Amino acid sequence: MTALARARRHRLAPVLLMLLALLAVGGVYAVVAPPAAVAETYSADDVAAGQKLFQANCASCHGASAEGRDGVAPSLIGVGAAAVNFQVATGRMPMAAQAPQAPTKTPQFNAEQIKQLAGWVATLGPGPSVPTEDMVDPARGDAANGMLIFRTNCAMCHNAVGAGGALSNGKYAPSLFESTPTEIYEAMLTGPQSMPVFSDANITPEGKRDVIAYLMEQRTAQAGVGGANLGAVGPVSEGLWVWVVGMGALVAAAVWIGAKSS
Amino acid sequence: MSNHSTELETRGELDPAPSPERFENPGLPPHRPRLSDTSPEGSKRAERQVAIIFGISILATIAGVWGYFAFPMDAGVGNVRYSTLSIGLGLGIGMLGIGIAAVHWAKALMSDVEVVDQRHPQRGDDATRAAAVADLQAGAKDSGIARRPLLKGALITAVAIAPLSFLVPFVGNLGGSWNVNAMRHTMWRKGTRLATDPDGRLIRPEMVTIGSVWHVIPDGLHEVDDVLAEKAKAIVLLVRLAPEDLKILPGREDWSYDGIVAYSKVCTHVGCPVALYEQQTHHLLCPCHQSTFDVADGAKVVFGPAKRALPQLPIMVDDEGYLAARDDFDEAVGPSTWERQRPIRGEDY
Repeated sequence: MTALARARRHRLAPVLLMLLALLAVGGVYAVVAPPAAVAETYSADDVAAGQKLFQANCASCHGASAEGRDGVAPSLIGVGAAAVNFQVATGRMPMAAQAPQAPTKTPQFNAEQIKQLAGWVATLGPGPSVPTEDMVDPARGDAANGMLIFRTNCAMCHNAVGAGGALSNGKYAPSLFESTPTEIYEAMLTGPQSMPVFSDANITPEGKRDVIAYLMEQRTAQAGVGGANLGAVGPVSEGLWVWVVGMGALVAAAVWIGAKSS
Repeated sequence: MSNHSTELETRGELDPAPSPERFENPGLPPHRPRLSDTSPEGSKRAERQVAIIFGISILATIAGVWGYFAFPMDAGVGNVRYSTLSIGLGLGIGMLGIGIAAVHWAKALMSDVEVVDQRHPQRGDDATRAAAVADLQAGAKDSGIARRPLLKGALITAVAIAPLSFLVPFVGNLGGSWNVNAMRHTMWRKGTRLATDPDGRLIRPEMVTIGSVWHVIPDGLHEVDDVLAEKAKAIVLLVRLAPEDLKILPGREDWSYDGIVAYSKVCTHVGCPVALYEQQTHHLLCPCHQSTFDVADGAKVVFGPAKRALPQLPIMVDDEGYLAARDDFDEAVGPSTWERQRPIRGEDY
């Protein structure tokens, strides 16, 4: 007790507290990098292998013929190969547990197995297929137009530069900083989890590519020209910085001015 | 004083020690000389420290000026960052160094002997007060304000109208338009087609699939004079729900088309664009204060500070198969104001 009280009055205690606060701010950011996977055509062998994989890994929630179970998992009939590729290649599916959000994690299947799974689900009903390299090439998109589309359709959930944001009841819109162009395209096309669908009639394929170009532009060195972006989450991290570091420095200065010289 | 054990035994019966009427002034703590007072080396060291801090300030100022010339602003956007950073750091450290050095000088080298200076009584003595009152009365009598009504009136008028010179421009600049009725209407009219935001493509009902969300502006928005003002009022969110999910409110049977509903995107709390749509729960969230509206149930408020449901835009399909407005909103969009009914949540729409 007395040792703690003495330590609390030590002249370096405010400095130590400040360092701890800074560490806490820095520790907030942690991300998982999902790998990419692209598959276009499916042989009969792929489809058969995919069905086996599905029965072993997915059927317990989605049902033996992917018809879905009320309140547990949606039907996968007609979701298309794009949805399978997005959900499985980012590790969202299979889910570790029933929870409001399906977070990204290390994928459980390799690219070959994901292709087989997607091939089988694609045979269940017509649905969006995995986009080609050409359709998601950011170099062919118009980043300025992409910003207009992103600002209107995406920024309210995913943040103005794609840093992500909170939704209700534990759900959240994930950060897009680590997403591959194919994943971004597939997410718009299939509307995973809470996200609405942005069909090709709503945002055209060219518009989707522009959005990808805009998001990739955020990762270049030029995007950080304004200085440290503090995670690009806007007033929350900036306000925390001002309250902890800025006001802490002012308090420290006032204490130093008032203290007697030794 | 009693010893410790008897104090414990008798505490329950005795009254607590009466608190004193007033606390004695403890006085100043004893004066402790500083290192710089007692030893010449200490004094020398403090002097050196002050000089070093002033030196840092001088170097920072020079570095800031150097940064202005080293990073010309017109050599690309990347240079702006280094230019502002070096000028800012030079200015900041330069000023801070002067301040810190001055404070350190005062604390370590100037006299730190406590001096007590009693405050003089605030009330003046009677003779001074009487003289002041006499002066004022003499001045008022000399001005003759009581027997010169013309001057009195002129003075009061001049003082009274002087604020107009800034009040009139201030009120006048609030807005060019005093048509308050413009707040009650948007540019949606019967037959105005729905178009996508921002590229203005027209929308057919078969394009709107279940689970998708469309951000909509009125067709022709970009031809009006004040695009942003009209857009701020007219933005709409279009959603298609499965028929079994959608609850159609009485009196609004023909406001939706085959499960497609359109609601104002302007939050009824303070007017942020409500646009975070969770397609699984049909909930629409406002990014500013987390007001949540249930799109499947008349966009009524299910959470948050908003008090009114979002106004619904009645829609139809026109002769050429495009989605179009049936009419303007039947209430003003946007934040609730004092002149508007505020139904209690869940009771009314």
